Order: sequence, then C-alpha cells, then structure tokens
Amino acid sequence: MKTPFNVRNVVAAMVVAGLLLLPLYTSLSGNVFALTLFTRIVIFALAASSLNLIMGYGGMMSFGHAAYLGIGGYAVGILAAEGIGSGFIQWPVALATSALFALVIGALSLRTRGVYFIMITLAFAQMAYYVASGLARYGGDDGLTIYKRSDFAGLINLSNRVQFYYLCVFCLLGGLYLIWRVVNSRFGMVVQGLRSNEARMQAIGFPATRYRLVCFVIAGTVCGLAGALLANNTDFISPAVMYWTRSGDLMVMVILGGMGTMFGPVIGAIVYLVLEEFLSQVTEYWALIMGPLLLLIVLFGRGGIVGLLERGRHG
Amino acid sequence: MVEPLLRVEKLVRRFGGIIATDHVSLDVAQGELHAIIGPNGAGKTTLISQLIGQLMPHSGTIHLAGRDITRVPPHRRSALGLARSFQITSLLPDFTAADNVALAAQAHDGHSFHFWGNARKVPHLRKAAQDALERVGLGHRADVVVSRLSHGEQRELELAVALATRPRIMLLDEPMAGLGVTESARMVKLLQELRREVSIVLVEHDMPAVFALADRISVLVYGRVIASGTPSEIRGNDEVKRAYLGDQHAVTRHG
Repeated sequence: MKTPFNVRNVVAAMVVAGLLLLPLYTSLSGNVFALTLFTRIVIFALAASSLNLIMGYGGMMSFGHAAYLGIGGYAVGILAAEGIGSGFIQWPVALATSALFALVIGALSLRTRGVYFIMITLAFAQMAYYVASGLARYGGDDGLTIYKRSDFAGLINLSNRVQFYYLCVFCLLGGLYLIWRVVNSRFGMVVQGLRSNEARMQAIGFPATRYRLVCFVIAGTVCGLAGALLANNTDFISPAVMYWTRSGDLMVMVILGGMGTMFGPVIGAIVYLVLEEFLSQVTEYWALIMGPLLLLIVLFGRGGIVGLLERGRHG
Repeated sequence: MVEPLLRVEKLVRRFGGIIATDHVSLDVAQGELHAIIGPNGAGKTTLISQLIGQLMPHSGTIHLAGRDITRVPPHRRSALGLARSFQITSLLPDFTAADNVALAAQAHDGHSFHFWGNARKVPHLRKAAQDALERVGLGHRADVVVSRLSHGEQRELELAVALATRPRIMLLDEPMAGLGVTESARMVKLLQELRREVSIVLVEHDMPAVFALADRISVLVYGRVIASGTPSEIRGNDEVKRAYLGDQHAVTRHG
C-alpha cells in the first residue's frame, strides 16, 4: 500500500490526465458538448470535494451544502447586476460571504449531533433558499440572469470556453490540494480524531466544537468558490441551486465516489452527472434507473467506487 | 500539612431517585497510588466521570493541586494534568497506535490550528509517541491500526495515550478489564513502574492486583466511601469484609 502505484493514486492520475486533456479531444472531434458537460462536472466535483472535507473526514453530515453554491453564485450575480463586474471584487466577496454564512450556521448547528445536525443544516439551507426566492429586485423565484461574466482585467477571459474550463480545473485541483494539506495537518488529524471518537479526543485535551467549526467554514468557503464558478458557467443564478435536492445530489456524489477519499467525490461527480445526462436522454424516467444503481453501489461497495476499485484489486 | 494533589469533597451525584455518588470525599497525595474498589454498581465509574468532567456533580467540589476544577470542562482538565483511561477501551479505531499517541502529545503542544504541515512528520510529536509506546511495550506495534491490535495491546495503548499527555495524575478505570492472566501480570508490572512517576487513581476489580499496587484504598458501596486506608487496614476492616471482600474473593477465585 505504501508504493506510489496503489489503486487510488493510479485512478487519481488518470482522472487528472483525462480532465487536462479533454479540451484537446473536443477540439479534435468537434464535440463541444463534452466540454460543456465536463465544465459543469468539474464545478460540482469541487463542491462535492468540499462537502467531503466535513462529511468524509470530519463526520459532519451536512444536508445543506448547496446553500454555499447559491451564496457564491448570488454574490457574483448581485454584484454584476449592480454594475460591479470585476472578478477581483466579485470572487473575494463570494468567498467571504460563504465563510460568514458557514460560521453562523456552524456555530448554531454544531451544538447538535447526528440526525439533529442533518436537520438543522437542511433547515438553514432551505431558509437561504426562501430568502433568495424573496429577492424581488434580483429576480426572486425566476432567478437572475448574469449578462457579463466576471472580468479579470484581461488576465483570463471567462467567456472563452476552453479558458473557463481550465480555470475550473485549476480551481478543482487547487481545492483538492488545499483539502489534502488540511486533512494531513495537525488540524486535520484533530478533525478526523473527532469523527472517530469524540469522548477520547476531549479526554486528551481537545475542545471539539471550535475545531469542527473551523473545518465547517473551510468547506463552506471552498463550496462558495464552486458557486461563483457555477454562476459564471450558466450566466444565471436562481434559488433552485440551493434547493435541498441539490444538497442531496452533492451528498450522493460524495458517497458514490467514496467518502473520506481524496478523489472519491471527483469520481462520484463524474459518474453521477454523466449517468444523469445519458439516462435522461434515453428516458424521462431516468431516476428510476439511477436510484437502484446508486443503491447497489452503496450496498455492495461501502467505500463507494474508490472502495470497489481497491477491493477489486485485492481480490 | 501538604496540599493533596487531588482533593474531592462531599461529592454528590444523583440519577433520578438513585444517589450514585453520596457525599464522597477523598484525597490523593502526590506520588500516591490510590485504589477505589467496590462491588458492581457501587458508583466507581460515575465517580471517575465526575473527576474527569464528563459528568457534573450536583454538589461538592474537586480540587486539583489546590485549584477548584469542579466546573472545568474535560479538555481543560486534561491541560491541567489530569489524564484518564476508559473502562471500555476508547481509542481512535481507524488510526494507527502511533497516531493515537501522537495526537495526545499534540493536544499538549499548543493549539492545533496548523493547517499546512504534515502532522505525521513533526519530529517531536512522533518521538513523544514512540517513547510512550516503548514505555508500555508497544514500540514494535506503532504502525498497526488500532482495530487490529489485540485487546491487551489496546489496554496498554490506553495507558500510552494517557502518558503522552504528560499528566500529573492518571485516572485508570479498570485497566485490567478483560485481560488474560499473562496480560494482567504484565499490566501490574507496568503500573508498578509508572507509579514512580505519576500519581494514579485506580479503579479495579482485580483484588490481588489492587492489594499489590495500592498505597491506599477507598471502598465504595452504594455510592458511599465506607472505608479508606492502607491495604492492611482495609483487609482488617470488618465492615469492608461484610459488605464486599467476602463475596468478591469468592468471585475472583472462581472466575
């Protein structure tokens, strides 16, 4: 397991190589659709990875993670609507707002555990959803069209498909690197220890809540970045992004790919969104096929797809 | 008179109508190994839980080195030098033995809001972990995941974790629970070595071990301390014999 060529690393390298080479394939084959689909996948992979930090490594089953997609997205959309088009302002605001929201939600919900924690995070996300629906000035229920993508002063042109795709991939890889460092740091050890045995961690001298809270804020902030990307990708932001089913999608991606593994959520996002795309072309009852499929993977592969791959190799 | 390291005064804890801890007072001197014995349900674990701060007493006080810690939360007590081992082994099952101990050392090495450097590559934490593991005879098992350690090894690891917090006093809740004869003997030997460096409150059912190790013994029955003294005083105490030792000896002989 200590060799660099274990299953996890090989799969991760293949995924990264595939993502980096995708634009080459689309320009050679002229299949622009794949690039559009994968831009979306990469953004959701980033969101799912941030959820994995608290859910997989921290044991905090947040059922409201899509709220940050919406908050990051609305920060970009509202600023754009008010005539502030610079990404250098929009994006830091998106991150800061997400962090602040996570801080408040976390401070309140981390007093609870288990099912109560799931329900409280869900309730806060639904609150954010209804607040966004009430923003009449910014489209309310119908959402808000973003007429101009974030402007980075000529540094990068987000309206260029390939450039935007690479920006998303860069953010995903940067986010994964950040999460990887955090997970293996002293801080990360504490957070994982708390998942494993909270009473023990307190007995050796760690105050649980403040470490969990900081972890919660990091995850929310990274997901806020995914929200800013998502709004730019669709040129549109609406309350639907924050709806609880979206949070459910993110959870499914994490569990499907493999909770608590670095690349699991990325693989989960790819499989989930590709399946959704193709099954929905075949039949409008695609969820009927998707549901049992997910069930099978969760039942027989407790470590998600990454777990299945590893077990497949060890026999 | 010298201030005792740990002073418990008139501690009371009720669960509904049951008084689990009934005006318990006891002193543990610096360097002492103080054993608490008593039949099942006497309230030993309830008492330990209050000492460690997981359970709040309804009245009474706990002082550590002259400082009132009655309302201090568990993680702060740990920082003040109080360590515990759990009656039912309580470790981080998906971490290695070394990681378990290193985390205990890390807990007493300033705050843990370090987000970047690899925690498994901090030399002094690894060394502290290795030292504590060597102390309990687990040096060769450092990289084994806890869930793969034997029960006896897990009990020893509990001690290593407590040691790594560099405590002034350790509260050991039945460290011998579930151990075989050889493992028990090893644990007694280990405790004999450790007691030279750190004060110990020992809750234990294994009577021969208790009488071999303890400087003083307090006997808890129905939440009350019915006797407190040296092993020979306890052995000669009629009330203790009646209430406890008689049938307990029978149990140890047959079990």
